[in-house]
Amino acid sequence: MGLNKIPTISRLVAILLLLASVLALSGCNWVVMNPSGDIAKQQAFLITISTLLMLIVIVPVIILTILYAWKYRASNSKAEYDPDWHHSATLETIIWTAPLAIILVLSGITFVATHRLDPYMPIRQISADIPVPENVETLVIEVVALDWKWLFLYPEQGVATVNEVAAPIDRPIKFKITSGSVMNSFYIPALAGQIYAMAGMETKMHAVINEKGVFDGFSANYSGHGFSQMRFKFHGMDEKGFDAWIEKLRISGEPLGSKTYLELEKKTTGHPVVYYGNVDERLYHDILNQCVKAGTTCMDELMHRDTHGSHKTAKYQRK
Amino acid sequence: MASDYEAIYADDRWSPVFGKLSWDVIPYYEPLVLMSFIGVVIGGGALFGWVTYKKLWGYLWTEWFTSIDHKKIGIMYIILGLVMLMRGFADAIMMRVQQSLTSSGFDGYLDAHHYDQIFTAHGMIMIFFVAMPFVTGLMNYVMPLQIGARDVAFPFLNNFSLWMTIGGAMLVNVSLFIGEFGQTGWLAYPPLSGINFSPSVGVDYYIWALQIAGIGTTLSGINLLVTIVKMRAPGMTFMKMPVFTWTTLATNVLIVASFPVLTVVLALLSLDRFLDMHFFTNDLGGNAMMYINLIWIWGHPEVYILILPVFGVFTEVVATHCRKQIFGYDSMVYAIVVITILSYIVWLHHFFTMGSGASVNAFFGITTMIISIPTGAKIFNWLFTMYKGRITYELPMMWTIAFIITFVIGGMTGVLLAVPPADFVLHNSLFLVAHFHNVIIGGVVFGVFAGITFWFPKAFGYRLDPYWGKVSFWFWVIGFYLAFMPLYALGLMGVTRRLSQFPDTTLSTYFHVATVGALFIAVGIAAFVLQMVLSYLKRDELRDDSGDPWGGDGRTLEWSTSSPPPKYNFAFTPQVHKFDTWWDMKQRGYVRPVDGFNPIHMPKNTGAGFVLAMLCTVMGFGLIWQIWWLAACAFFAAVVGAIIHTFNYDREYYIPVEEIEAVEARRSEQLAKGNPA
Repeated sequence: MGLNKIPTISRLVAILLLLASVLALSGCNWVVMNPSGDIAKQQAFLITISTLLMLIVIVPVIILTILYAWKYRASNSKAEYDPDWHHSATLETIIWTAPLAIILVLSGITFVATHRLDPYMPIRQISADIPVPENVETLVIEVVALDWKWLFLYPEQGVATVNEVAAPIDRPIKFKITSGSVMNSFYIPALAGQIYAMAGMETKMHAVINEKGVFDGFSANYSGHGFSQMRFKFHGMDEKGFDAWIEKLRISGEPLGSKTYLELEKKTTGHPVVYYGNVDERLYHDILNQCVKAGTTCMDELMHRDTHGSHKTAKYQRK
Repeated sequence: MASDYEAIYADDRWSPVFGKLSWDVIPYYEPLVLMSFIGVVIGGGALFGWVTYKKLWGYLWTEWFTSIDHKKIGIMYIILGLVMLMRGFADAIMMRVQQSLTSSGFDGYLDAHHYDQIFTAHGMIMIFFVAMPFVTGLMNYVMPLQIGARDVAFPFLNNFSLWMTIGGAMLVNVSLFIGEFGQTGWLAYPPLSGINFSPSVGVDYYIWALQIAGIGTTLSGINLLVTIVKMRAPGMTFMKMPVFTWTTLATNVLIVASFPVLTVVLALLSLDRFLDMHFFTNDLGGNAMMYINLIWIWGHPEVYILILPVFGVFTEVVATHCRKQIFGYDSMVYAIVVITILSYIVWLHHFFTMGSGASVNAFFGITTMIISIPTGAKIFNWLFTMYKGRITYELPMMWTIAFIITFVIGGMTGVLLAVPPADFVLHNSLFLVAHFHNVIIGGVVFGVFAGITFWFPKAFGYRLDPYWGKVSFWFWVIGFYLAFMPLYALGLMGVTRRLSQFPDTTLSTYFHVATVGALFIAVGIAAFVLQMVLSYLKRDELRDDSGDPWGGDGRTLEWSTSSPPPKYNFAFTPQVHKFDTWWDMKQRGYVRPVDGFNPIHMPKNTGAGFVLAMLCTVMGFGLIWQIWWLAACAFFAAVVGAIIHTFNYDREYYIPVEEIEAVEARRSEQLAKGNPA
């Protein structure tokens, strides 16, 4: 009977291998595993390496489970039965140290990678084999999550857009992210991992895009009824194309000040793309500090007063 | 559209008598809701009529609703879990169908207003009113029997806890037909759940259902904890306790230490909503991050509150069905304790992406990974219990094998999510959704089914018919893989969770497969119910007279009693000499004493728990709708009721020797029949 089984098994193995290769191939189209930005690429690599590392334990466990389940079935009277065997110092050492060893390695990788890929730190490389050039200028983009659309401001260029964002390839980008409403998560899978957008707080993300193209971006944290439509396109362009794009915004765009912003802030679903050519320099600061509306005190101002201004604190300091 | 819904709950609609209640809040204009309402009225009416016709109300009231017997309370918890499973699963099917439709280019049949309520209700119901009652029910039923106790430490409190949990579940279901439910996701993150962004009663339903059920859970945690610490049979030292009792101990330590945090954080949220305070708002000094931290300081231990008891279930099942002592009892116990402690220092891994620094993220990532070491050790312990065993493939054992294989996959994706930079791309994606369903279905649900099948003969005196159980098993297992493996893939394609609309039609196949998987699970649930019904009809054939139905292989004390056990559990409190006490007793040729009984001191049934919990539920309803007079009256009545109950001195009685003799004589007859199970 053993002989008859061999072809079946080898056929099974062949089918499994085929399946695995199909999976791996189709994996190439999976944006998280095959992104276009260096940070996301490193993150994808980390997923692969951690998975392989863990499979060292997972695969034997699954095989042993099936093996023992089959071998020690009650109807198999040939298998050894030892109802009182319940302790083995060697085995117990192994079952604690094997996972421990894997986790030690994985912890090391995690520690290094978490620091290396800290979104708050400027990027260390443009891509695997290109270091960041000495005098390169980082592009700053300010991101504001609104109900239910994204506002992008380019402080150095003085322009802004709704639901569309662009950056030149191979140039470091620094996103400064906040929210004018509830929590959202700013995520462009092809570019880099997400980070939350929260009102009154600023989060930061550094990234770089290596390929020209149009990529999907969206909110990855549920934020209300219009959440599903809170999507935008991220354009990777060459330097020339990017300059032209900025120029287009400057020329065609309307001005964006507090008045326009307060209008824009209102709830809308599936908001169309809008360009603004002349942006109030203080706007992002005021959004972050919740003082766009006339007559409101900015949070940084309040905090400043709290630490220095109030007489109570002064008294305390005099002591 | 959304503004219409909001107008219904606007402040100017408030009246002192009815609060925010008005005819407008009843969604009779929604065909889906109307249909389910009619269904509930017909079904509920039929049940009510049948119970009335059979004159069962008196029986239900005296034997069940007012019962302080931990066994009956355990059974009622599990019935609650089953009923709510239907509700939570209906939500799941609706979501799968909606995503199948919208990913194929249709608009779908649900607007965001409904879809968002459905996923919020699904998550909240499945965790609080399905998984929690299931594990609480198993712990309540089995643990006192395993430690040789006659009841829990505070029997009245046990009944009160049950009714508080049911009260919370009732409020969630009322929200279907009166008003609406929250649209915030199952953890109601502010500022979205604050009054500015969620002005309707939805979040209030969420808060008060959880507050009422949560108090029940905390009290039940204290109760079971004290029971284990104080009421173990003589000789049962901690290191001789059955593993399920150990996991129950760990779980209830977690409950007692974490549920108060939930209560406080929800209280703060309701202060924000009712009294315009600013704990979690965007402005005036509020900080929503504080809520996120607090809710996860409860939320992560909660995960272990669900999984630890089923680890215990699997341990008992493996040892029994392999006819072998559990491998490495000591390391099993240490693993449980280590998991209990570690579960408190990992909460931040739920929000790596909220901007904490690399060192903080690395710390919480690594602590999370460390949990997989004791968990891994446990998996190996089960594996080496099978080694050199004699495995009988009864249903509970099948669930266990499916669990081990499924759970290690879920564990692996969990460790993957614990790597912060990997989490940055996987957080909130369908990969995450697949991961936690992988561990909750593959772990908790499989374990609960194993546990229900395993202890069913103990509770009812007959076994479950294995045929439909196996049908249910295969549909559940295959259905799970079909439903969630595509979600792992979709997550890696950058699809995020909670989308009511999905513009990309190229991925629809994955969604369709997931929907088919959900339908498989539906068949699995139906087969399980059918199994219950058929087994009841065939109960004489499936009868267990021995009390030790799994081939006489029972190892722990619950199998030494009759099936079902007498209300006093043990005529004589057993003496414990070794771990696996019942197995040891059998080995040493234990002879059951048949005379020399003493009267047994037992607690009396009381309706106080039911009344107090229902008053609390009414108070919750009053608070939700801002009917202040009703809330105040109900609260006052509950306090007065509790005080009056403390003056009730008629709380216990003695079971006379004659009655015990009669019960034990019947047991002797039963055993003499020599039913070789």
